[in-house]
Amino acid sequence: MSSVIATDSLTKRFPRVTALDRLTVDVQPGVVGLVGSNGAGKSTLIKILLGLAPATSGTARVLGLDVAADGPAIRERVGYMPEHDCLPPDVSATEFVVHMARMSGLPAAAARERTADTLRHVGLYEERYRPVGGYSTGMKQRVKLAQALVHDPQLVLLDEPTNGLDPVGRDEMLGLIRRIHTDFGISVLVTSHLLGELERTCDHLVVIDGGRLLRSSSTASFTEATQVLAVEVAADDGWADHAGRADRAGRTADPEAAVREHLAAAGLTVRAEGAPGEPGGRITLVEIEGDGTYDTVRDAVAGLGLGLVRMEQRRHRVVEVFHDGDTDGGGGHAAAVPSARTAAPTEGESADAGAA
Amino acid sequence: MPVPPEAATAPPGTGVIHDIGYRPYTGPRLGRAHAARALFVQSLRASYGLGRSARSKVLPMLLLGAMCAPALIVVALAVMTRQDELPVDYPGYLANTSILTGIFLAAQAPVMLSRDLRFMTVPLYFSRPLTRTDYVRAKTAAMTAALLVLTALPVVILYAGALLAGMPVGHNTAHALYGLGTALLYSVLYASVGLVVAAATPRRGFGVAAVIGVLIVSTTVAGITWALLDGPGGSGGADWASLLSPSTLVDALSGWVFRLPHQDGPGSVSSGAVGAAALLEFAAVAAACHLLLLRRYRKF
Repeated sequence: MSSVIATDSLTKRFPRVTALDRLTVDVQPGVVGLVGSNGAGKSTLIKILLGLAPATSGTARVLGLDVAADGPAIRERVGYMPEHDCLPPDVSATEFVVHMARMSGLPAAAARERTADTLRHVGLYEERYRPVGGYSTGMKQRVKLAQALVHDPQLVLLDEPTNGLDPVGRDEMLGLIRRIHTDFGISVLVTSHLLGELERTCDHLVVIDGGRLLRSSSTASFTEATQVLAVEVAADDGWADHAGRADRAGRTADPEAAVREHLAAAGLTVRAEGAPGEPGGRITLVEIEGDGTYDTVRDAVAGLGLGLVRMEQRRHRVVEVFHDGDTDGGGGHAAAVPSARTAAPTEGESADAGAA
Repeated sequence: MPVPPEAATAPPGTGVIHDIGYRPYTGPRLGRAHAARALFVQSLRASYGLGRSARSKVLPMLLLGAMCAPALIVVALAVMTRQDELPVDYPGYLANTSILTGIFLAAQAPVMLSRDLRFMTVPLYFSRPLTRTDYVRAKTAAMTAALLVLTALPVVILYAGALLAGMPVGHNTAHALYGLGTALLYSVLYASVGLVVAAATPRRGFGVAAVIGVLIVSTTVAGITWALLDGPGGSGGADWASLLSPSTLVDALSGWVFRLPHQDGPGSVSSGAVGAAALLEFAAVAAACHLLLLRRYRKF
């Protein structure tokens, strides 16, 4: 299949800063994640791809069209959802999206029909007739997504679509993004500073930092070395006595230790996230070796008579990819350790604790 | 797509919404020119509050009423008293009501531009085939057209009344056309100046105050300068003061172009030099405003 986006030594320099530095990527149809910390050059790249800002040097092609020469033709076939707020509060979602459809060149009747369809697909129903000012952040993000899809583009560029969303809204948005490709047949370029949320959604990940390409590969190759399952269990007050564990060595009275022992016996690689008593002491990290790992953990916890508080895939931050690059070949979980040891909670912890 | 459960359980005869899945759009894409035209129509309607909330219709409609009411009264009086000439000439009527035109501009120029700037909708336009130039042109044309509706409507009312009252057709037709010409001059210049000022700020309130400020201050300065220069002999040198404000500039220009009888006050024109200068200034200001607007949107 032909490339959706192809850049060759793309460079963008501003008077003070180099936003993109000889970036060469080749993006195939599908859902592609563009990951980078704030200021890594994601938004600059999108502007260049839309033909709105000239590159300092290098070339870029979108849907086979040159960004420098065919800007209008590209913008007719591409949808764009900006990172920032862009909705006037006093108009309804329907009015706004119809207007944007007409600005894409759709006739009035088609604009209304497409608007109704698109708003339904992004999950806005009766509320679409109310002024946008009263919407929640999640609904506003859906309207922003709808205006990017309303003219049925071949490619949508989504700039930080999960920004400001709660964990549930985040998961719904990611599911929607997945459907844009699987159900609607539209290729997606989605940016985020969270690698973890993109690795579940995207087929391919491009990681940039300081305008330079760090890594561009399929999602599978990203995650195979770093997939870790965080498990937290809880015991009733009388669990140790009831299960008759107190008469064995005193240390096994600890439910976490019991789980770890059990899972290690089942052949899984297990470790505690932190020392006992520390914030991470109650979390057990299990390396995922396949879908069966989830069942093994569930059965082990149930077999021990414990309550399973949560079981989640640990999300990684972009910084871990940098460590991954530094310590290439340094072992499976080398990438995940730095974030677990630092004081700052990983994104997965803060986000998923609320969802659990 | 599987049939949704509510469809399966709904009794026959009741309406059910089926999820028929995503349908690609295969219809026509009409491109830049069509989008620009749609933007023009939408902006023009919005400047009179059409397609917006009832509250935003109040001010523009009141101003349109205030523009036309005196014309209706003049016409009614002229018909009843069987006069053979309107008490006010068509371009003169617009000069007398230019303050209303100014208020309309101050209220609606920010509506044209500040909303898109404030709510950061501008990048959404430019991520579509529409270019920056298309956007600026459509908005300028819409503001000009909105002002033209406001200024041409009373002229049309006066003309219709004059014909109803049986006044001379030839003279009235000629002067009504002068009136329409003046209305066009007002619309073009006011729209250019108002939009440049409004585009400078994303805050609507500041925009309103700034446009009103520019119009009132410049008109006051023109009036004072005229009074200072106008010696007891009425040398005519004072007419150069007309070039100092948009309203007097348009008055002077229309007076010169349509060879209207000389009036006393700022906005009058007695010599060809002043008239030619007014024409040059008019063209220069309109062009400069357009370039400034384009420049304003270049960085988006």
